[in-house]
Amino acid sequence: MRLTVNGSTAEVDADPATPLLWVLRDELGLTGTKFGCGMAQCGACTVHIDGMARRACVTPLSAVGDSQVTTIEGVSGRVADAVRKAWLALDTPQCGYCQPGQVMSAVALLSVAPRPDDKAIDEGMAGNLCRCAAYVRIRAAIHDAAKSLEG
Amino acid sequence: MTLHALRPSRRHVLQGSAGLVLALALPPFGRAQEGAPKPVPIMPNAFVVIAPDDTVTILSKHLEMGQGPWTGLATLVAEELDADWAQIRVAHAPGDPKLYENLLFGAQLTGGSTAIANSYMQMRRAGAAARAMLVKAAAEAWNVPESEIAVQDGQISHLPSSRRAGFGAFAAAAAKLPAPQNVKLKDPKDFRLIGKDLRKPDTLAKSTGAALFTQDIREPDMVVAVVAHPPRFGGKAASVDDREARSIAGYLGHAVIAQGVAVYARSTWPAILARNSLKIAWDETSAFRKGTKAIEAEYRAIAEKPGQVAAKRGDASARLANARETIEQTFVFPYLAQAPMEPLDAVVKFDGESALCHFGSQGPTIDQFAIAKALGIAADKVRIEVALAGGSFGRRAQAAGDFAVEAASCAKAYGKPVPVKLVWTREDDLRGGFYRPFYVHRMRGAVGPDGAITGWSHTIVGQSIMAGTPMEKNMVKNGVDESSVEGAVDLPYRIADFQCDLHTVKQGVPVLWWRSVGHTHTAFATETMIDILLEKVGKDPIDGRLALLDPSSREAGVLKEVKALARWKGRREGDKAYGVAMHKSFNTYVAQVAEVTKDGEGAPKVTRVWCAVDCGVAVNPNVIRAQMEGGIGYGLGHALYASIDLDDSGRVVQSNFDAYRSLRINEMPAVEVAIVRSQAAPTGVGEPGVPPIAPAVANAWRALTGVVVTRLPFGKGGLA
Repeated sequence: MRLTVNGSTAEVDADPATPLLWVLRDELGLTGTKFGCGMAQCGACTVHIDGMARRACVTPLSAVGDSQVTTIEGVSGRVADAVRKAWLALDTPQCGYCQPGQVMSAVALLSVAPRPDDKAIDEGMAGNLCRCAAYVRIRAAIHDAAKSLEG
Repeated sequence: MTLHALRPSRRHVLQGSAGLVLALALPPFGRAQEGAPKPVPIMPNAFVVIAPDDTVTILSKHLEMGQGPWTGLATLVAEELDADWAQIRVAHAPGDPKLYENLLFGAQLTGGSTAIANSYMQMRRAGAAARAMLVKAAAEAWNVPESEIAVQDGQISHLPSSRRAGFGAFAAAAAKLPAPQNVKLKDPKDFRLIGKDLRKPDTLAKSTGAALFTQDIREPDMVVAVVAHPPRFGGKAASVDDREARSIAGYLGHAVIAQGVAVYARSTWPAILARNSLKIAWDETSAFRKGTKAIEAEYRAIAEKPGQVAAKRGDASARLANARETIEQTFVFPYLAQAPMEPLDAVVKFDGESALCHFGSQGPTIDQFAIAKALGIAADKVRIEVALAGGSFGRRAQAAGDFAVEAASCAKAYGKPVPVKLVWTREDDLRGGFYRPFYVHRMRGAVGPDGAITGWSHTIVGQSIMAGTPMEKNMVKNGVDESSVEGAVDLPYRIADFQCDLHTVKQGVPVLWWRSVGHTHTAFATETMIDILLEKVGKDPIDGRLALLDPSSREAGVLKEVKALARWKGRREGDKAYGVAMHKSFNTYVAQVAEVTKDGEGAPKVTRVWCAVDCGVAVNPNVIRAQMEGGIGYGLGHALYASIDLDDSGRVVQSNFDAYRSLRINEMPAVEVAIVRSQAAPTGVGEPGVPPIAPAVANAWRALTGVVVTRLPFGKGGLA
């Protein structure tokens, strides 16, 4: 199967039913995308497929087709830079395991809603669990990133 | 295709060129072969590595699992070293109890919120010793008196001769000097880093996906193992039919081990598929077949009689028998899973003689001995490299090293000297036991004719966490497991006749400490009960508590602080209610006020929380605030939504986050934290933020609805 990840196309020797998560992690070595639940409950595996946030653990390889997959290792651009900068400024991560997924969801959110209010953040981020409950800073970092993108 | 084609260059925030020195001192996983050159001495001491490029790597003897020891321990060293924070890197120390023991436990162990408490002087001395050696080396090289050398922000200077150098220039010479026996530590008024909001050294890697957790370890020839665990606690695999699995590409075979059936594959997904396809006959002759409904009924009956006395002053039973008015409440607490985001995992490579292990371990010393025993080799043949842990909340510290032993058993049964990575799925995690025990508390309070609270009786029923472990000797006294009654025996309020007693009950469900251990349930019982009694006698929840405390106590201190922070006006304001709770755990004092309303479905919604914490010297306020915020979220999520239930045949009902509900961002309140100024020795913050939130919210809920919360969880779907 052919797969385009972070701008590069790769031939992957895997069953088409294999979840994208395991292709990224075990075949391509892109371990920034995390395994947390395997059933789209926690969001630790969030990647972008054609710019939209998707849970890689329930996305079979066959469903990806020619779409562009972006992982935490490859996410770039103005919004990604703003999110990362805001994340650093607030020391947002605690254990850090869910954070790649949080960052990917935040980038996807700000790409469609440049100035989200708290409700929009709730809607965009409720699929990403953080067992450390670093939610106060995740919310604040998204607001900060949005502000910096306006300037 | 190569990895490089896909992976942009990473900023090696935790490695950099300091990694070179570390690589010599601590061979990365997979390279510590027998006959390899002996590690060069870590210089100038076991905690400080200085590289020629001036970077300083602090070796953390405590596991970084989100609670911040990398930042805290590095701050202590950097302070006395007079380093510039920007030159500091942090890495985990390997398993070595001689060098890296927790000074409070005598073993290398992260737990009990002790990382800063036990390291405060030790890490400062390590920094000061390294500084003294650098000064001596510089003085010798420059041929000037040591007294004329100054160190500031990572620069060594001799003003009279206008000479300056970084630490790297003298690191090699310093390492050859004897370590000073006595070092002078700074006066706290001269602290430049302690007490500051220093940036966390692990933030960048954790925000870019570069941080490596055990799940992320990949090695040539590595095999992934998943284990089919028995459907009930105590079951054993009797026979396995793997015919279907054999057609799965990547499946490598299976082995029956004590923990179940180990399933091996080239990578994770085929291992999971193969496990799902196995037909396993389980021997359940010793399986535990009781449900939580039966356990609750059993505990409720037991609670009617007093248990083994854990603490007593005056005569509570006489007071209760003769009181004008008594109030009785029974509280029920479910089993809870720690459920860290990173499911349990460990990599073990066993060549028949020695084992090389790499995983997030809270207790490397325990795990080292447990793995050695499982493999039938000497403990010094087991080497543990410690990896970042994606949360833990107690789960990665086990008295018998259970999951480390499971990984070692997988490696041994595989029979080839290749790294075997044990991967647990979320289902393994939630159904794997080692829960916060199920408890029932029966509380009775007596009110005197003048409105004073005069009697208090507290009966606790549940399993012991420490019984049957090596900790039993120290923790179980006269039949009372201290971790079952902590936070209840030391009720801070002045009540003349007081008793706390315990019934320890055995069940076949494995139990374990869970972030804040006994305080998870004792704080709820005590802080709900005192609030009910104060309401009964017409007192304000905060002023009423203060009246029962020594005004100069730290308990009173945090209550006064949170009262001011929340601009407390009482229990009700329009459609909002306010509840308070105060609890000391691990020698840290925390008071919280919760603002609670009803959501559209009539369930509790927590909108704001104010938190005052007194943890002695605030080493890093940024980390302290983060731990209070996170502790509140962790405690709140479980109080409202989480429960592990066993059906009537003893099977665990919940298996993933759909049923084991976790707090989500839309349910997280705004949090404001005040840190009480203190010169007392610093104490931990990883756990103490958790205990007060559930009773604070329950007290607000009672103010809002008149309903006493008597069982957890009590949020949406959990309301009785």
